[in-house]
Amino acid sequence: MAYSNKVVDHYENPRNVGALDKDDAQVGTGMVGAPACGDVMKLQIKVGADGIIQDAKFKTYGCGSAIASSSLVTEWLKGKNLDQAQAIKNSDIAEELELPPVKIHCSVLAEDAIKAAVADYRSKNSK
Amino acid sequence: MTLQLPIYLDSAATTKLDPRVLEKMMPFLTSEFGNPASRSHSFGWSAETAVEHAREQVAATVGCDSKEIIWTSGATESINLAVKGAALFYQDKGKHLITVKTEHKATLDTMRELERVGFEVTYLTPEANGLLDLTKLAAAIRPDTVLISVMYVNNEIGVIQDVAAIGNLCREKGIVFHVDAAQAVGKVKFSLAELNVDLMSFSAHKVYGPKGIGALYVRRKPRVRLQPLIHGGGHERGFRSGTLPTHQIVGMGAAFELAAQEMDSELPRIKYLRDKLLAGLQQMEEVYVNGDLEQRVAHNLNVSFNYVEGESLMMAVKDIAVSSGSACTSASLEPSYVLRALGRNDELAHSSIRFSISRFNTEEEIDYTIKLLQEKVTKLRELSPLWEMYKDGIDVANFEWSSHDTQRDVILH
Repeated sequence: MAYSNKVVDHYENPRNVGALDKDDAQVGTGMVGAPACGDVMKLQIKVGADGIIQDAKFKTYGCGSAIASSSLVTEWLKGKNLDQAQAIKNSDIAEELELPPVKIHCSVLAEDAIKAAVADYRSKNSK
Repeated sequence: MTLQLPIYLDSAATTKLDPRVLEKMMPFLTSEFGNPASRSHSFGWSAETAVEHAREQVAATVGCDSKEIIWTSGATESINLAVKGAALFYQDKGKHLITVKTEHKATLDTMRELERVGFEVTYLTPEANGLLDLTKLAAAIRPDTVLISVMYVNNEIGVIQDVAAIGNLCREKGIVFHVDAAQAVGKVKFSLAELNVDLMSFSAHKVYGPKGIGALYVRRKPRVRLQPLIHGGGHERGFRSGTLPTHQIVGMGAAFELAAQEMDSELPRIKYLRDKLLAGLQQMEEVYVNGDLEQRVAHNLNVSFNYVEGESLMMAVKDIAVSSGSACTSASLEPSYVLRALGRNDELAHSSIRFSISRFNTEEEIDYTIKLLQEKVTKLRELSPLWEMYKDGIDVANFEWSSHDTQRDVILH
């Protein structure tokens, strides 16, 4: 499997690895995928009072493309508001990382992780 | 001496040709080019002498008569000839065959083909350690069972089946017994003279010989009969037509002879390296050996690194050439069928690595491998949400995962 240089770079030097306090009301957590499918992504966002994403962290169990996809979106998410975050499409991720067709599902998973994290944040803060 | 990267630890896939074998082969690619079937001149005679000498070398290594050895293109062809050949010849006696789910694809796909033409096949599930329970085998035997095929040494997990006991059972029941021994030669001590085996398949390139050559042992007393698959000039007593590749055959003979000569000195050294590798890897938590560790060849170590995904692990260890139990790269997303047959869950099957050590590996290479694995597994676990859950005391296996069908959808598109 030939990976693009961008995938290799994110894989070797993943950005924003870690965890935020999932019980913090400012934090939205999305966990998608399943171990049996070979991919699990946990993406967390920390949203400021102004509605802007201040921080993003991830942990991913999966192939190099899955790690790179989640690493990339943590970079993209910072400084965006929630609507802008939700507008990130899997095709943007796949294009940026030059994912081959068999690895498109990794970018789909990353998009789903963003949506899940935003939904979690919104449900926490809707009351 | 400086370490050459990548380090080759995939000798169960193929081995490097031993330079001593190459040396024996070379004249038959140059001056000694005759066809061993040519009876009318010295070119043919000298090629025939070389072929018959190699046949004796192979026979001596495996403990049979040289007349019981048939040259083929490799273990896959041998298995096809043995299984199809015997099934077709004895089909009037019955059309039921038995094999094991962890066999090589050469056997499994041959069985599938026979199912297609009207045979019935029982695929036995081995125990969790990869070994076959003989009572289950005995229970699967029917009055119409004509052939049982079991591999001597498993290619993925290296476990050694009790071929002697299975052979006794088959002989008692009058069933033809085929053994795929591609991974056994030079690794397990055996003699066909002492085993109730009727057919045995061999390969040269797993034993530091050349690719493209193999052999099939066909017992003479009691005689086993086969329907040939390849027809032509009647070579190999009609069992397998086609001009014999003298240089390949010479290479196989030399490689088998070396295997027999060097096994006693080689095995303790390889076992020392394997045990050192295992001890080094087991300094980490949640490392599981796949397959029985005792009934196993010294060359093989198959381990799963829990909470680390297989493909990213392979990417992390590109300085070593190994095989993964995960076939993710082929887009199938299917983990190893062998590990699944042992009842390993998908996560563990995905994160397995097969290390297979050869006579050319050094202790320095093993030390490097241990260090590399420790470093990379630790790094990938820091990245793994599953590892985090495990560390937080969450039962990952029974956690309710949202089912995710995107993978399948995308691949179909």
